[in-house]
Amino acid sequence: MRQSFTLAIGGAAGQGVATPGDIFAKIFSRRGLHLNAYNAYQSIIRGGHTFLTIRTGPGIISNTGDTIDLIIPLNQDTMDRHLRLLTSGGAVLYNGDSIKPGEAAAGVQLCPIPVSTLADISKNKIAQNTLAIGAALSMMGIGFQALEEVLIEQFRKKEQKVIDENIAIARAGYDYAGKNFKPFAWPVPMTDTKYAVLSGNAAMAMGGAAAGVKFYSAYPMSPSTGVLHWFAEHARKANILVRQVEDEIGVINMAIGAAHAGVRAMSATSGGGFALMTEALGLSAQAEIPIVIIDCQRAGPSTGVPTKTEQGDLWQMLGASFGDYPRVIAAPLDIADCFTLIPEIFNIVDRFQCPGIVLCDLLLAEGRLSVDPKVLDFFPPIDRGELITSNGTADHEPYLRYKITESGVSPRVIPGVPGHTHVVSSDEHDEDGVLISDEYTNAHKRRAMMEKRMRKEQGIAASVPAPKLLGPAEADVTLIGWGSTYGVIDEACEMLRDSGVSVNHLPIRWLVPLHGDEILKLLKNAKLTIVVENNFSGQFARYLRSETSFVADGHIRKYDGEPFMPHHIVEAVKEQLAGKTALSVPTHEVMV
Amino acid sequence: MATETIVPNLVQMSDFKGRVDPDWCPGCGDFGVLAAVQKALVELQIPNHQVATISGIGCSSNFPGFIETYGMHTLHGRSLPVATGMKMANHAMTVLATGGDGDGFGIGCGHFIHSMRRNVDLTYIVMDNQIYGLTTGQTSPTSRIGMKTKSAPFGNVEGPLNPISLALAAGATFIARGFSAEQKHLTELIKQGIQHKGFSFIQVFSPCVTYNKDNTFQWFRPRVKKLEDDPSYDSSDWVMAAERALLWGDEIPIGKFFERNDIPALHESEPVLANAPLVAQDIRMSKAAAQSFIDELM
Repeated sequence: MRQSFTLAIGGAAGQGVATPGDIFAKIFSRRGLHLNAYNAYQSIIRGGHTFLTIRTGPGIISNTGDTIDLIIPLNQDTMDRHLRLLTSGGAVLYNGDSIKPGEAAAGVQLCPIPVSTLADISKNKIAQNTLAIGAALSMMGIGFQALEEVLIEQFRKKEQKVIDENIAIARAGYDYAGKNFKPFAWPVPMTDTKYAVLSGNAAMAMGGAAAGVKFYSAYPMSPSTGVLHWFAEHARKANILVRQVEDEIGVINMAIGAAHAGVRAMSATSGGGFALMTEALGLSAQAEIPIVIIDCQRAGPSTGVPTKTEQGDLWQMLGASFGDYPRVIAAPLDIADCFTLIPEIFNIVDRFQCPGIVLCDLLLAEGRLSVDPKVLDFFPPIDRGELITSNGTADHEPYLRYKITESGVSPRVIPGVPGHTHVVSSDEHDEDGVLISDEYTNAHKRRAMMEKRMRKEQGIAASVPAPKLLGPAEADVTLIGWGSTYGVIDEACEMLRDSGVSVNHLPIRWLVPLHGDEILKLLKNAKLTIVVENNFSGQFARYLRSETSFVADGHIRKYDGEPFMPHHIVEAVKEQLAGKTALSVPTHEVMV
Repeated sequence: MATETIVPNLVQMSDFKGRVDPDWCPGCGDFGVLAAVQKALVELQIPNHQVATISGIGCSSNFPGFIETYGMHTLHGRSLPVATGMKMANHAMTVLATGGDGDGFGIGCGHFIHSMRRNVDLTYIVMDNQIYGLTTGQTSPTSRIGMKTKSAPFGNVEGPLNPISLALAAGATFIARGFSAEQKHLTELIKQGIQHKGFSFIQVFSPCVTYNKDNTFQWFRPRVKKLEDDPSYDSSDWVMAAERALLWGDEIPIGKFFERNDIPALHESEPVLANAPLVAQDIRMSKAAAQSFIDELM
C-alpha cells in the first residue's frame, strides 16, 4: 500500500472549490509531499456539482486513488452524494449551520463547524471555506504558519485589512478544530524537497516554450484551453507570438504558415477542433512543413461530454486526413511527461518535416501533479533538422525543395534566403515544386515523390525508442495501456502484487511509430494479456491487432467519462483471472 | 582606401518569370493580373526572395506557380490564415495572397472577414470571375441572380455577395477594385496595396472566357468607371465608399474605394515583434524567463 492521504472538496461551480484546492496543493508540495489532483466538474459556470480530489504522500502519487480520508462539502448536495465514500477513520468537515450530515458509516467522524459563531458571514462570503481549510490543516497536524504564508500570497493584491481578516478566520477554524475534533493519525511524513505543482495543459505549454515554439495559435476548446491560457499569459516573457483564431481550420493553417516561415509552431485542441484541422494536417505532410498539434481528448462523439475524460480519439488520429503520409503520434504518460514529450516530438517532426500529434486527454490536461522542478528542463536539446538559413556561395546548385534523397528528407530553406525561391504545394509536385498533379501529371514522378515522403517513416522509427515492460519479465498477467492510464495501472499492479498476483505492465507512449515487432517479442511469453483503456471499443487493442496480429486475451474498458480508479483494474483483473469474463467495464460508483 | 560605389542589381521582370507558363485558358483574365503583380513588384524594386505569394485552390490560385517568389499553393479557401502565419513569423517579407471568388468569398469567407478585422499587413488579390472555373462552371458567391451554370441550370436564385461592401463592414484599411484589362490602373492599385501598412484587399474583375458568358470583357469594358477620374471622390470617406460600393449596372466603379492609415498593422501591435521578425529571434528563452516560470509553480 502506498502511504497517502486524500482529501476532497465539493460544491457548486462558483462556490470556490478551486481556491482551497490550490491552497492545499501549495502547502503539501512545499512540505516535500507529492500530490495528484483531479477535478470532476460539469459544463456550467455557476451551479451544478464539482468535486476536487487531492491525494498526497511522500512518494510519487500517480493517481487520485480509491479512498478519501477527509471530505469538505460546501453544500448539502455534496454531502448527500459523497458521504458514503467515507469509511472508518475518515472525517467530514462542514458548515454545521446549513448542512445536515445524513447517515455515515461507523467510525466516520462528523465535524460540524459553527460558521456563524466563528465568523461574520455577511461580511466574508468565503468564511465557510476558509474556516474549513483551517480546521482541516489542524486535523492533519500541519502547523498554522504554513497556511498563514499561503493566505498572505493568495490575497497579496488585496489590502492588509482583508489579509488580516482571512488569517483570523482561518485561525478560528484551526483553533476550533484543535479543541473539538479528533486529529488524523497523519500517515505521511514530510520531506525537505519542494515540488512544482502544475496541470498537464501548463506542462505542454511550457514544454512547447522549452522546445522553442515561437508561434502558438488556438481556438478555445475544453479541455485544451489551458494551453492557450498559459501561452497568452507568459508569451511576452519568452518572445512567443500567440494568436486566437476564428476557427480550428484557421488555427492550423496559420501555424503552417508560421512554420513555413521557419519558426516552430504548435496548436492544441480537442477532438472536435481536431476534426476541423484534418485537411490541413495533410497539407503539413504534403508540403513537408513540420507542426505539432495537441489533442486533449474528451468524451465524444460530437460535442460529447466536454468536461469528462476519454481515450476515444486514437482512430481519428490514425486516420486523420486522406491519403498516405508519414506522421508521428505520441501519448504522454503523465503530467511531467506532458512537458518532456513536446521537445522530443518537435525534434522528430523538424528532422522529418511532417506533422506530429500529441494525444493527451482531460485527465492529464486538467489534472495536477507535483513534479520535481529539475524535470522541467527549459533548455532541452533542439534539433531543427536540415535547414538552409543562408545563401552560402552564389554559385550553389539550383535549389530543389523536394529533392529525392535516400532518407526522404529534402533540406528545407527559410523563406527570405536569396537564390532559393520555390513553391511548396498541397498538390503533388516535382523535386523543384512544380505541380505534377494536373496538366503535367506524371505517374513515374508521382510514385517517386510518394516513396520519397514515405521513406521518412524508417528514419522516424529509428528515432523513437521501443516500449519496455515494467515489472518482472514473466508474469501471470500483463496489463497493456497507453498514455494517461500509466499511473493508475502502475498502482493497480502494486496492489495486485500485494495480493499475490504476479503482474507486469506494458505502457505505450509512442503510438506511431509503434514498434510492433518489439512489442510481439515482449508479449511472446505473456500468459494473460489485458488491454486497459478509457474507451468503448478498445481502440488500442484494435490498433495493436491491425499492426501486429496480436489478439489480447482480455479487456478493461471505461467510457463513463471518469478516469479509472486503481480498484477498478484490480477487481477486473481478478475476475478475468478467475475466467469469469474477458471484458470488464467498471463504472464510477459515485455520481460526479 | 578607394571609395567604392555599390550598384545594386536592379529588380527586373525576368526575376519574376515563373518556371512554367500559366496553363490558364487563352484569353483568361488572370494573365493580366499576373503581369500587373510582376510589374508592381518591379516598379517597387522588391527582390523576389523577399516576396511570398500564397494561394488557395482554383484556376487563379495556381498563380504562385507562375511567378518566381517564395510561393505556397495551400488548401481551398485557406490562403489567408497561411499568409497571416507567414507574415507574423516573418514580417520583413512582402506577403501577397492570391485566389478566386469561390476560394475567398465561398469556402474561405470566414478567414476573409477576420483577416480584415485583424489588419494583417497582407495584399489580398481576388481574381473574381463570378464562376467556379476549375470545377468546370458552377455558381459562385458572386454569380448574379438568374445566371445559368452547371449547378444552377435553370438560373441562380441566390443573390450575390458584394465584396467591397463586405470589406468596408469588416474593417479593411485598404479596399480597391481593378479590371484585368486595365493593366496600368491595376498595377498602380497593386503597388498602393503593397505599400499600404495593413490589410489591402483588391478585387479584380478577371473574366472567365470559358464558363462565364455573362460577365465578359465586352460586358465590363463600357461599364467600368475609374473613381480616380471623379475629382469629388474622397477615398478617406467611408460613407462615400459605402455608397459607391453599391453601384452595379450601367456604371461599375473601379479604383481605390477606401484607405485609412490610422490603425497599426497587426505585427506593429505585437510587442514580441518590436525588435526583430519572429524567425530572426533566438529560439531559446532567457534563463530568467525560464526560472520565473518554474518559480510560479512552487
